Amino acid sequence: MHEYAVTRSIVKIVAAEAEKAGARKVSRIHLVIGDLSTIVDDSVRLYFPMIAAGTVAEEAELVFRRIKAEFYCKQCGKNFIKPAHGFECPVCGNLGMPTDIGKEFYVESIEIE
Amino acid sequence: MKIKVMENILSSNDQLAEANREEFNRRSITVLNVMASPGAGKTSVITELMRRLDGEVAFSVVEGDIASAIDAEKIEAMGVPVLQINTGGGCHLDANMIREAVQELQPPDHSVLFIENVGNLICPSAFDLGETLRMVIASVPEGHDKPYKYVYMFETADVVILNKTDLMPYINFDRDNFIQGVRALNEKAPLFEVSCSTGAGFSELVAWLKKQIR
Ligand SMILES: Nc1nc2c(ncn2[C@@H]2O[C@H](COP(=O)(O)OP(=O)(O)OP(=O)(O)O)[C@@H](O)[C@H]2O)c(=O)[nH]1
Ligand SMILES: [Mg+2]
Ligand SMILES: [Zn+2]
Repeated sequence: MHEYAVTRSIVKIVAAEAEKAGARKVSRIHLVIGDLSTIVDDSVRLYFPMIAAGTVAEEAELVFRRIKAEFYCKQCGKNFIKPAHGFECPVCGNLGMPTDIGKEFYVESIEIE
Repeated sequence: MKIKVMENILSSNDQLAEANREEFNRRSITVLNVMASPGAGKTSVITELMRRLDGEVAFSVVEGDIASAIDAEKIEAMGVPVLQINTGGGCHLDANMIREAVQELQPPDHSVLFIENVGNLICPSAFDLGETLRMVIASVPEGHDKPYKYVYMFETADVVILNKTDLMPYINFDRDNFIQGVRALNEKAPLFEVSCSTGAGFSELVAWLKKQIR
Protein backbone atom coordinates (compact mmCIF):
# COMPACT_ATOMS: atom_id res chain seq x y z
CA MET A 1 0.00 0.00 0.00
CA HIS A 2 2.80 2.43 0.82
CA GLU A 3 5.16 1.30 -1.88
CA TYR A 4 5.99 4.84 -2.91
CA ALA A 5 7.55 5.63 0.47
CA VAL A 6 9.18 2.22 0.54
CA THR A 7 10.68 2.61 -2.92
CA ARG A 8 12.12 5.97 -1.94
CA SER A 9 13.79 4.40 1.08
CA ILE A 10 15.22 1.62 -1.05
CA VAL A 11 16.74 4.08 -3.51
CA LYS A 12 18.17 6.15 -0.65
CA ILE A 13 19.81 3.15 1.00
CA VAL A 14 21.18 1.84 -2.27
CA ALA A 15 22.53 5.22 -3.37
CA ALA A 16 24.33 5.68 -0.05
CA GLU A 17 25.91 2.20 -0.24
CA ALA A 18 26.91 2.70 -3.87
CA GLU A 19 28.55 5.99 -3.05
CA LYS A 20 30.49 4.45 -0.15
CA ALA A 21 31.78 1.79 -2.52
CA GLY A 22 32.55 4.32 -5.24
CA ALA A 23 30.25 2.57 -7.70
CA ARG A 24 29.60 3.97 -11.14
CA LYS A 25 26.43 2.01 -11.56
CA VAL A 26 24.21 -0.35 -9.58
CA SER A 27 23.16 -3.26 -11.75
CA ARG A 28 21.09 -5.29 -9.32
CA ILE A 29 19.34 -4.80 -5.98
CA HIS A 30 18.49 -7.82 -3.85
CA LEU A 31 15.55 -7.32 -1.53
CA VAL A 32 14.24 -9.71 1.09
CA ILE A 33 10.55 -9.20 1.83
CA GLY A 34 8.46 -11.27 4.21
CA ASP A 35 4.90 -11.98 3.18
CA LEU A 36 3.53 -10.22 6.28
CA SER A 37 5.04 -6.93 5.16
CA THR A 38 2.17 -6.47 2.67
CA ILE A 39 4.44 -4.93 0.06
CA VAL A 40 3.50 -5.69 -3.51
CA ASP A 41 6.53 -6.32 -5.73
CA ASP A 42 4.83 -4.95 -8.82
CA SER A 43 4.12 -1.56 -7.28
CA VAL A 44 7.73 -1.21 -6.19
CA ARG A 45 8.76 -2.08 -9.74
CA LEU A 46 6.31 0.49 -11.03
CA TYR A 47 7.66 3.33 -8.90
CA PHE A 48 11.30 2.39 -9.10
CA PRO A 49 12.28 3.87 -12.50
CA MET A 50 10.58 7.15 -11.59
CA ILE A 51 12.26 7.46 -8.21
CA ALA A 52 15.65 6.10 -9.21
CA ALA A 53 15.92 8.28 -12.33
CA GLY A 54 19.10 10.31 -12.26
CA THR A 55 20.71 8.21 -9.51
CA VAL A 56 23.40 5.50 -9.80
CA ALA A 57 20.62 2.96 -9.37
CA GLU A 58 18.49 4.05 -12.30
CA GLU A 59 19.22 1.00 -14.42
CA ALA A 60 19.26 -1.51 -11.61
CA GLU A 61 17.23 -4.69 -11.79
CA LEU A 62 15.15 -5.45 -8.70
CA VAL A 63 15.37 -8.99 -7.37
CA PHE A 64 12.82 -9.94 -4.72
CA ARG A 65 13.27 -12.86 -2.37
CA ARG A 66 9.90 -13.45 -0.70
CA ILE A 67 9.73 -15.24 2.63
CA LYS A 68 6.57 -17.10 3.57
CA ALA A 69 5.16 -16.25 6.98
CA GLU A 70 5.55 -18.92 9.66
CA PHE A 71 3.47 -19.33 12.78
CA TYR A 72 4.31 -21.52 15.75
CA CYS A 73 1.89 -24.17 16.98
CA LYS A 74 2.18 -24.77 20.72
CA GLN A 75 0.25 -28.04 20.45
CA CYS A 76 2.47 -29.55 17.78
CA GLY A 77 5.60 -27.81 18.99
CA LYS A 78 6.59 -26.63 15.56
CA ASN A 79 6.28 -23.94 12.95
CA PHE A 80 3.89 -24.05 10.03
CA ILE A 81 3.50 -21.90 6.94
CA LYS A 82 0.65 -19.44 7.40
CA PRO A 83 -2.30 -20.47 5.23
CA ALA A 84 -3.80 -17.85 2.90
CA HIS A 85 -6.52 -17.04 5.44
CA GLY A 86 -6.06 -16.86 9.17
CA PHE A 87 -3.37 -18.74 11.07
CA GLU A 88 -4.73 -22.13 12.00
CA CYS A 89 -2.25 -24.98 12.28
CA PRO A 90 -2.91 -27.27 9.29
CA VAL A 91 -2.15 -30.34 11.44
CA CYS A 92 -4.19 -29.84 14.62
CA GLY A 93 -6.38 -26.82 13.83
CA ASN A 94 -5.24 -24.74 16.79
CA LEU A 95 -4.37 -21.08 16.30
CA GLY A 96 -0.66 -20.48 15.90
CA MET A 97 1.52 -17.79 17.41
CA PRO A 98 3.37 -15.25 15.27
CA THR A 99 7.11 -15.64 14.73
CA ASP A 100 9.63 -13.30 13.11
CA ILE A 101 9.66 -15.33 9.93
CA GLY A 102 7.67 -13.45 7.32
CA LYS A 103 8.43 -9.98 8.61
CA GLU A 104 11.76 -9.55 6.79
CA PHE A 105 12.04 -6.22 5.08
CA TYR A 106 15.56 -5.30 4.07
CA VAL A 107 18.02 -4.59 1.31
CA GLU A 108 20.20 -7.69 1.32
CA SER A 109 22.88 -6.72 -1.18
CA ILE A 110 23.63 -4.73 -4.28
CA GLU A 111 25.65 -5.57 -7.37
CA ILE A 112 27.76 -2.69 -8.61
CA GLU A 113 30.03 -1.84 -11.48
CA MET B 1 30.93 -6.87 -7.51
CA LYS B 2 28.37 -7.75 -4.86
CA ILE B 3 28.10 -5.76 -1.64
CA LYS B 4 26.27 -7.00 1.44
CA VAL B 5 23.94 -4.30 2.72
CA MET B 6 21.52 -5.93 5.19
CA GLU B 7 19.75 -2.70 5.97
CA ASN B 8 16.13 -2.49 7.03
CA ILE B 9 14.19 -0.60 4.38
CA LEU B 10 12.42 1.57 6.93
CA SER B 11 15.53 2.19 9.02
CA SER B 12 15.52 5.95 8.53
CA ASN B 13 11.94 6.12 9.79
CA ASP B 14 12.89 3.90 12.72
CA GLN B 15 15.78 6.20 13.65
CA LEU B 16 13.56 9.27 13.59
CA ALA B 17 10.95 7.41 15.63
CA GLU B 18 13.57 6.53 18.23
CA ALA B 19 14.54 10.22 18.48
CA ASN B 20 10.87 11.13 18.96
CA ARG B 21 10.54 8.47 21.63
CA GLU B 22 13.55 9.83 23.53
CA GLU B 23 12.06 13.31 23.45
CA PHE B 24 8.67 12.01 24.68
CA ASN B 25 10.36 10.07 27.46
CA ARG B 26 12.50 13.00 28.49
CA ARG B 27 9.42 15.19 28.74
CA SER B 28 7.16 12.46 30.17
CA ILE B 29 4.62 12.82 27.40
CA THR B 30 2.35 9.82 26.91
CA VAL B 31 1.81 9.36 23.19
CA LEU B 32 -0.93 7.12 21.85
CA ASN B 33 -0.81 6.09 18.21
CA VAL B 34 -4.47 5.38 17.47
CA MET B 35 -4.98 3.02 14.55
CA ALA B 36 -8.15 1.53 13.06
CA SER B 37 -10.15 1.12 9.87
CA PRO B 38 -11.96 4.17 8.52
CA GLY B 39 -14.98 4.88 10.69
CA ALA B 40 -14.15 2.40 13.48
CA GLY B 41 -14.37 5.23 16.00
CA LYS B 42 -10.88 6.72 16.38
CA THR B 43 -12.13 10.29 16.77
CA SER B 44 -15.06 9.19 18.95
CA VAL B 45 -12.84 7.21 21.34
CA ILE B 46 -10.27 10.03 21.56
CA THR B 47 -12.88 12.70 22.23
CA GLU B 48 -14.73 10.54 24.77
CA LEU B 49 -11.50 9.84 26.67
CA MET B 50 -10.60 13.54 26.69
CA ARG B 51 -14.07 14.48 27.86
CA ARG B 52 -13.89 12.05 30.75
CA LEU B 53 -10.42 13.18 31.80
CA ASP B 54 -11.11 16.88 31.34
CA GLY B 55 -9.16 18.94 33.85
CA GLU B 56 -7.05 16.00 35.05
CA VAL B 57 -4.35 16.12 32.41
CA ALA B 58 -3.43 18.28 29.42
CA PHE B 59 -4.21 16.83 26.00
CA SER B 60 -3.22 17.57 22.46
CA VAL B 61 -4.06 15.78 19.24
CA VAL B 62 -2.41 15.19 15.89
CA GLU B 63 -4.96 14.39 13.20
CA GLY B 64 -3.81 12.33 10.27
CA ASP B 65 -6.84 12.50 8.06
CA ILE B 66 -6.01 12.06 4.41
CA ALA B 67 -7.82 15.05 3.01
CA SER B 68 -10.38 16.68 5.27
CA ALA B 69 -10.19 18.74 8.43
CA ILE B 70 -13.49 17.44 9.84
CA ASP B 71 -11.93 15.53 12.74
CA ALA B 72 -9.52 18.35 13.60
CA GLU B 73 -12.45 20.76 13.77
CA LYS B 74 -14.24 18.46 16.22
CA ILE B 75 -11.19 18.44 18.49
CA GLU B 76 -10.70 22.17 18.17
CA ALA B 77 -14.32 22.71 19.23
CA MET B 78 -13.41 21.01 22.53
CA GLY B 79 -10.72 23.62 23.10
CA VAL B 80 -7.93 21.06 22.73
CA PRO B 81 -4.78 22.01 20.76
CA VAL B 82 -4.85 20.07 17.51
CA LEU B 83 -2.67 19.88 14.44
CA GLN B 84 -3.91 18.49 11.17
CA ILE B 85 -1.39 16.65 9.04
CA ASN B 86 -2.30 16.39 5.43
CA THR B 87 -0.78 13.22 4.11
CA GLY B 88 -1.84 14.20 0.60
CA GLY B 89 -3.52 10.87 0.03
CA GLY B 90 -0.74 8.96 1.83
CA CYS B 91 -1.80 5.81 3.62
CA HIS B 92 0.07 6.31 6.89
CA LEU B 93 1.79 8.83 9.13
CA ASP B 94 5.55 8.62 9.54
CA ALA B 95 8.02 9.62 12.23
CA ASN B 96 9.15 12.73 10.40
CA MET B 97 5.60 14.09 10.16
CA ILE B 98 5.23 13.57 13.90
CA ARG B 99 8.56 15.26 14.63
CA GLU B 100 7.41 18.34 12.71
CA ALA B 101 3.92 18.26 14.22
CA VAL B 102 5.28 18.10 17.75
CA GLN B 103 7.63 21.03 17.10
CA GLU B 104 4.64 23.06 16.14
CA LEU B 105 2.18 21.80 18.77
CA GLN B 106 4.65 21.91 21.67
CA PRO B 107 2.69 19.60 23.98
CA PRO B 108 3.48 20.36 27.63
CA ASP B 109 5.49 17.97 29.80
CA HIS B 110 3.41 15.24 31.51
CA SER B 111 0.64 15.64 28.96
CA VAL B 112 -1.11 13.11 26.74
CA LEU B 113 -0.77 13.32 22.97
CA PHE B 114 -3.20 11.39 20.80
CA ILE B 115 -2.17 10.71 17.23
CA GLU B 116 -5.13 9.74 15.07
CA ASN B 117 -3.45 7.77 12.31
CA VAL B 118 -4.85 7.37 8.80
CA GLY B 119 -7.81 4.95 8.74
CA ASN B 120 -6.18 1.75 7.55
CA LEU B 121 -5.23 -1.50 9.29
CA ILE B 122 -2.19 -2.25 7.16
CA CYS B 123 0.21 0.58 6.42
CA PRO B 124 0.27 2.49 9.72
CA SER B 125 1.44 -0.64 11.52
CA ALA B 126 4.74 -0.60 9.62
CA PHE B 127 5.70 2.94 10.59
CA ASP B 128 6.92 3.51 14.13
CA LEU B 129 6.15 7.08 15.17
CA GLY B 130 7.97 6.96 18.48
CA GLU B 131 4.67 6.49 20.33
CA THR B 132 4.49 5.26 23.90
CA LEU B 133 1.55 2.98 23.14
CA ARG B 134 -0.20 1.62 20.09
CA MET B 135 -3.96 1.71 20.48
CA VAL B 136 -5.79 -0.44 17.96
CA ILE B 137 -9.54 -0.04 17.63
CA ALA B 138 -11.79 -2.56 15.96
CA SER B 139 -15.54 -2.08 15.80
CA VAL B 140 -18.42 -4.53 15.83
CA PRO B 141 -19.83 -3.72 12.34
CA GLU B 142 -16.45 -4.53 10.75
CA GLY B 143 -16.86 -8.15 11.76
CA HIS B 144 -14.96 -10.50 14.07
CA ASP B 145 -12.37 -11.59 11.53
CA LYS B 146 -10.17 -8.47 11.67
CA PRO B 147 -7.37 -10.01 13.79
CA TYR B 148 -7.17 -12.93 11.37
CA LYS B 149 -6.68 -10.58 8.42
CA TYR B 150 -4.51 -7.84 9.92
CA VAL B 151 -2.02 -9.89 11.84
CA TYR B 152 0.74 -7.35 12.35
CA MET B 153 -1.61 -4.61 13.52
CA PHE B 154 -3.05 -6.77 16.31
CA GLU B 155 0.25 -8.43 17.13
CA THR B 156 1.98 -5.12 17.85
CA ALA B 157 -0.91 -3.43 19.70
CA ASP B 158 -0.34 -2.33 23.30
CA VAL B 159 -4.05 -1.98 23.87
CA VAL B 160 -6.98 -3.27 21.82
CA ILE B 161 -10.40 -1.68 21.90
CA LEU B 162 -13.56 -3.22 20.56
CA ASN B 163 -15.90 -0.29 19.88
CA LYS B 164 -19.59 -0.06 19.00
CA THR B 165 -20.59 -2.89 21.32
CA ASP B 166 -24.07 -1.32 21.39
CA LEU B 167 -24.51 -2.74 17.88
CA MET B 168 -23.84 -6.32 19.00
CA PRO B 169 -27.56 -7.31 18.93
CA TYR B 170 -27.91 -6.27 15.29
CA ILE B 171 -24.76 -7.74 13.86
CA ASN B 172 -23.52 -11.24 13.42
CA PHE B 173 -20.37 -10.70 15.45
CA ASP B 174 -18.70 -13.74 17.01
CA ARG B 175 -17.17 -12.16 20.12
CA ASP B 176 -15.35 -15.31 21.25
CA ASN B 177 -13.79 -15.75 17.85
CA PHE B 178 -12.62 -12.13 17.86
CA ILE B 179 -11.06 -12.42 21.31
CA GLN B 180 -9.46 -15.75 20.42
CA GLY B 181 -7.83 -14.19 17.36
CA VAL B 182 -6.52 -11.23 19.32
CA ARG B 183 -5.15 -13.48 22.06
CA ALA B 184 -3.44 -15.84 19.63
CA LEU B 185 -1.51 -12.90 18.23
CA ASN B 186 -1.06 -10.91 21.39
CA GLU B 187 -1.17 -12.34 24.90
CA LYS B 188 -0.37 -9.11 26.69
CA ALA B 189 -2.41 -6.20 25.36
CA PRO B 190 -5.44 -5.39 27.52
CA LEU B 191 -8.71 -5.56 25.62
CA PHE B 192 -11.55 -3.15 26.36
CA GLU B 193 -15.04 -3.52 24.97
CA VAL B 194 -16.68 -0.11 24.73
CA SER B 195 -19.42 1.90 23.14
CA CYS B 196 -18.99 5.58 22.40
CA SER B 197 -22.76 5.83 22.01
CA THR B 198 -23.76 4.46 25.43
CA GLY B 199 -20.49 5.01 27.31
CA ALA B 200 -20.33 1.31 28.21
CA GLY B 201 -16.86 0.09 29.12
CA PHE B 202 -15.32 3.56 29.32
CA SER B 203 -14.76 3.65 33.06
CA GLU B 204 -12.38 0.68 32.74
CA LEU B 205 -10.64 2.21 29.74
CA VAL B 206 -10.24 5.55 31.50
CA ALA B 207 -8.82 3.83 34.58
CA TRP B 208 -6.29 2.07 32.38
CA LEU B 209 -5.31 5.29 30.58
CA LYS B 210 -4.82 7.12 33.88
CA LYS B 211 -2.28 4.49 34.88
CA GLN B 212 -0.31 5.09 31.67
CA ILE B 213 0.09 8.84 32.23
CA ARG B 214 3.58 9.81 33.36
N1 LIG C 1 -23.47 2.94 17.22
C1 LIG C 1 -22.25 3.45 17.46
N2 LIG C 1 -21.73 4.32 16.59
C2 LIG C 1 -20.51 4.81 16.85
C3 LIG C 1 -19.76 4.43 17.99
N3 LIG C 1 -18.57 5.06 17.97
C4 LIG C 1 -18.56 5.82 16.87
N4 LIG C 1 -19.73 5.68 16.18
C5 LIG C 1 -20.11 6.35 14.93
O1 LIG C 1 -19.28 5.83 13.88
C6 LIG C 1 -18.99 6.86 12.94
C7 LIG C 1 -17.48 7.00 12.77
O2 LIG C 1 -16.90 7.40 13.98
P1 LIG C 1 -15.55 8.23 14.05
O3 LIG C 1 -15.20 8.42 15.47
O4 LIG C 1 -15.64 9.43 13.17
O5 LIG C 1 -14.57 7.16 13.40
P2 LIG C 1 -13.09 7.37 12.86
O6 LIG C 1 -12.41 6.07 13.00
O7 LIG C 1 -12.48 8.54 13.51
O8 LIG C 1 -13.39 7.68 11.32
P3 LIG C 1 -12.37 8.26 10.20
O9 LIG C 1 -11.52 9.31 10.89
O10 LIG C 1 -13.28 8.82 9.17
O11 LIG C 1 -11.60 7.09 9.73
C8 LIG C 1 -19.64 8.12 13.46
O12 LIG C 1 -20.87 8.28 12.83
C9 LIG C 1 -19.83 7.83 14.94
O13 LIG C 1 -20.91 8.52 15.49
C10 LIG C 1 -20.36 3.48 18.89
O14 LIG C 1 -19.79 3.07 19.90
N5 LIG C 1 -21.60 3.01 18.55
MG1 LIG D 1 -11.59 10.24 12.65
ZN1 LIG E 1 -0.69 -27.83 15.46
